[in-house]
Amino acid sequence: MTLLGKLSWDALPFYSVIAFIAAMVVVVAALLIAGIITWYWKWPYLWKHWFTTQDHKKIGMMYIILAFAMLARAFIEAMMMRAQQAFGLGAESAGYLPPEHFNQLFTTHGTLMIFFVAMPLLSGLINFVVPLQIGARDVAFPLVNLVSLWLTWAGGFLMMVSLVIGRFATGGWSGYPPFTELSLSPGVGVDYWIWALMLSGIGTTLTGINFVTTIWKMRAPGMTLMRMPLFCWTSLCTALLMIYALPPLTVATGLLALDRYAGFHFFTNDAGGNVMHYANLFWLFGHPEVYILILPAFGVFSEVISTFSGKKLFGYTSLVYATMCIAVLSFTVWLHHFFTMGGTADVNAFFGIMTMVIAVPTGVKIFDWLLTMWGGRIRLTVPMLYSLAFIVTFVLGGVSGVLLAIPPVDYMVHNTLFLVAHFHNMLIPGTLFGMFAGIHYWFPKATGFRLDEKWGRRAFWFWVSGFYVAFMPLYILGLMGMPRRMVTYEVEAWQAWLIAAAIGAILIGLGIACMFIMLYVSIRDRGRLQDVTGDPWDGRTLEWSITSPPPEWNFDEVPVVTRRDEWWYRKQNGEMQQKSEDPGDYEPIDVPKWSLIGPSLGMVGTAFGFAMVWHVWWLAILTGGILVSMMIGRAFVKDRERAIHTEIIAQHARLWNMAQRGEHP
Amino acid sequence: MPLIDTAGPVAEANRDLMFIALGLMAVVVIPVFILTALVLLRYRAGHEHGKYRPEWNFSGWLEALIWGIPALIIVALGVFLWNGTHRLDPYSPLPASSPPLEVQVIGLDWKWLFLYPEQQIASVDRLVFPADRPIALSLTTDANMMSFFIPRLGSQIYAMAGMETKLHLAADGNGTFLGRNTQFNGIGFSRQHFDAMAVGEDDFAAFVDKAKAREPLSSARYRQLALPSVLEEPEIYGGYPGDHFRQVMMKYKNEVPTPDRPDENALSTEDDIGSVDGSGHPAFSVEEEAPVDRGDGPITVSGPQKGRKIEPDVEEASE
Ligand SMILES: [Cu+2]
Ligand SMILES: [Cu+2]
Repeated sequence: MTLLGKLSWDALPFYSVIAFIAAMVVVVAALLIAGIITWYWKWPYLWKHWFTTQDHKKIGMMYIILAFAMLARAFIEAMMMRAQQAFGLGAESAGYLPPEHFNQLFTTHGTLMIFFVAMPLLSGLINFVVPLQIGARDVAFPLVNLVSLWLTWAGGFLMMVSLVIGRFATGGWSGYPPFTELSLSPGVGVDYWIWALMLSGIGTTLTGINFVTTIWKMRAPGMTLMRMPLFCWTSLCTALLMIYALPPLTVATGLLALDRYAGFHFFTNDAGGNVMHYANLFWLFGHPEVYILILPAFGVFSEVISTFSGKKLFGYTSLVYATMCIAVLSFTVWLHHFFTMGGTADVNAFFGIMTMVIAVPTGVKIFDWLLTMWGGRIRLTVPMLYSLAFIVTFVLGGVSGVLLAIPPVDYMVHNTLFLVAHFHNMLIPGTLFGMFAGIHYWFPKATGFRLDEKWGRRAFWFWVSGFYVAFMPLYILGLMGMPRRMVTYEVEAWQAWLIAAAIGAILIGLGIACMFIMLYVSIRDRGRLQDVTGDPWDGRTLEWSITSPPPEWNFDEVPVVTRRDEWWYRKQNGEMQQKSEDPGDYEPIDVPKWSLIGPSLGMVGTAFGFAMVWHVWWLAILTGGILVSMMIGRAFVKDRERAIHTEIIAQHARLWNMAQRGEHP
Repeated sequence: MPLIDTAGPVAEANRDLMFIALGLMAVVVIPVFILTALVLLRYRAGHEHGKYRPEWNFSGWLEALIWGIPALIIVALGVFLWNGTHRLDPYSPLPASSPPLEVQVIGLDWKWLFLYPEQQIASVDRLVFPADRPIALSLTTDANMMSFFIPRLGSQIYAMAGMETKLHLAADGNGTFLGRNTQFNGIGFSRQHFDAMAVGEDDFAAFVDKAKAREPLSSARYRQLALPSVLEEPEIYGGYPGDHFRQVMMKYKNEVPTPDRPDENALSTEDDIGSVDGSGHPAFSVEEEAPVDRGDGPITVSGPQKGRKIEPDVEEASE
């Protein structure tokens, strides 16, 4: 045992030019960002108003920033894999990537996309939107919220560290043993994977608890469950799924860690271990996870379609029940991920049928959205375009999903690119398009100005066309029998389709580029895009009844809700009277103070993960000790809240009044 | 497309089930597309052709329809699924006039070993069988988990250490089909494929005779084969030690053999020359074999054949 554990100079990425360049990009980018912040000396501002704030809106935005940074990396990895496969014809060393590097790429791509792009996107959006929609001042546990954020960041940091020091796992995002056991993967890659998932997984579980409690306990008076906006409903179901689905993952990775660190034999091939236990645990998390990823998007589409059709949501009750059906059923289907493990026909058929049943509530939702548009006045804004693309594309993905649910069909396409096409077909429209629509929709609420439509549309068209060109060939390749995760191949007929897929990836890349340009253009032209009303889309729900950006305390007065789409009906009936500008009419509002627990936990957590990965035991004990003492120490902090004075609230009300009269403040 | 252009009854039945499902789902999918187009044509702001009804949000019969029709389709699909899954269970033998050919399959790192218990021959990376008889495969691995798949013949099934899975396949006629592992298992994964050759009865007999003339698979050679490597050429053997398949499986059952308590189930030791690294430990001792790092060191292939050495990617790129 040495002071630095397994750490040595070999951990630096001098083993491959490409890996070295990637590492340099990360290091340079990090230094550049730190340099710019230092140059303008924004550290105190960032620290006080962002890193340590317990304001759910800012926490939401920080999740989304993390997601876009990780999306950029995960997309570059996808690009590299597509390029490799486009040139990968030939059995020996075709293409430009060595197998080990390629294998790391698909592992990090999957891990990043699921845990550090999709999850932060939806956690971010839920964080920003839900308290506003239910008329709450904050979430139930603001500090826990900050901790969740930083645990997710810690996982992300660890992923980035793995690019520079050591190598990542090669066992795929699902990390199936025995491949990920010490005997077959002796490097530190799997440990990176374990600790990144562990940290972010604990954060996500806490997020789930936080939002179930928030939605259950913090609703404004009169906001009964059946008056909640649909996004709150899908967020509630998502949060419930997080509570029940993430623990199996934490257990699975924890047991794998025990195998690797302490010589246990839970999933080894010998000494009584059984890999099937892992498959069961992992997919007990993995399938509900799919719905964690998709349900919030369903909520976004419900809001967007109803708003931009200027119409009440069709079949609200159906949509609520369909959401709950999906959430419950998602726990009954995990076995379809291993039909080919040799289960009996009865077991396979049962789980196949359970899986197909989910198609019913999902189909109901699609029709309800279409009927919401029926009889409306459809404004084809960017969020609406994403919703329409979602409907058409997601239905195709659903068809391939039902096919995969039929065991004999699964016996043919399992582990092939058909599967890869299928889940990208679900997750790109179902998660990314949903989150993009949501970001476009709520961006003016968060910032006070809209995103540029022109670049938004360009991004949209590149994304959608890119999606079809990139993933439809993968269905065909799957039907041609091409397995996933192949670095090279010897079947000539595959190459043309793989080149097509690579072109599709380039189109998606242009879509991402357009998004970054859109962000730049929108910030540059924020004067032109400014929205003073707080309600740029003629919205229907409570978040549009306050100024943009909302004040730290969200609502000057807690709203009283009397029906669904409360804000829409207030506007219809002219009930949006002026607010009082007299401080005497307001009560002081307590908001949580900033807390350094969040970022310190994130940093110490990253160090702890790093120490565990490299077996630097003294550092693990030290950081572990700090983590525990921080949690205990926090219990002794008495002065946790700060009051917002009534004058400030009254002044804010005055601003709102001016905006409603159409005056620029 | 191999999965459409099938070459065996199993693949064909699987494919037909897929088409039936697609047809049934079209009943819901096509209305969605039509409705989407219609909605955009009729209710697009600016050029509306339909009446604006902002309060319309419920219709009993429409609700019944959108729950009912998908539910009915799922019931119909469910019936096909239930029957299909039972009929096409990889474990159930295929109907045929002649009894199936038994083959035992052992997945090794980046190659497939086939044992023919009736013929007492063995082959690596080549599966030869008579085209007019189904094959009954029993599978396990002596390594990582793998998935055995011959796309044009039909269903795949996992092979897992210490466990036995079963698969029944058949070909429609003579032909050579690509078979492979589809479950990722390390840097040689892409190259873990084999030829599945459905041949005439005479050709099969000739193949057996040719194999019989070869040397049997020795325990020493087996241990070399079991190391991670890719074979350039298929190999054929005129025999193999004992009930090799069962022994490989038993190896992973519960007990970890140690130097002082060797595994009773280990292969017979006639030609036991110690483990490959020459340390002289008993065969199959799971603990002794140094962990194989599939990324950090070159993986050498031992043996008489021109086994290719798989470079750990990294070296190649470092130039
Ligand atoms: Cu992907
Ligand atoms: Cu699933």
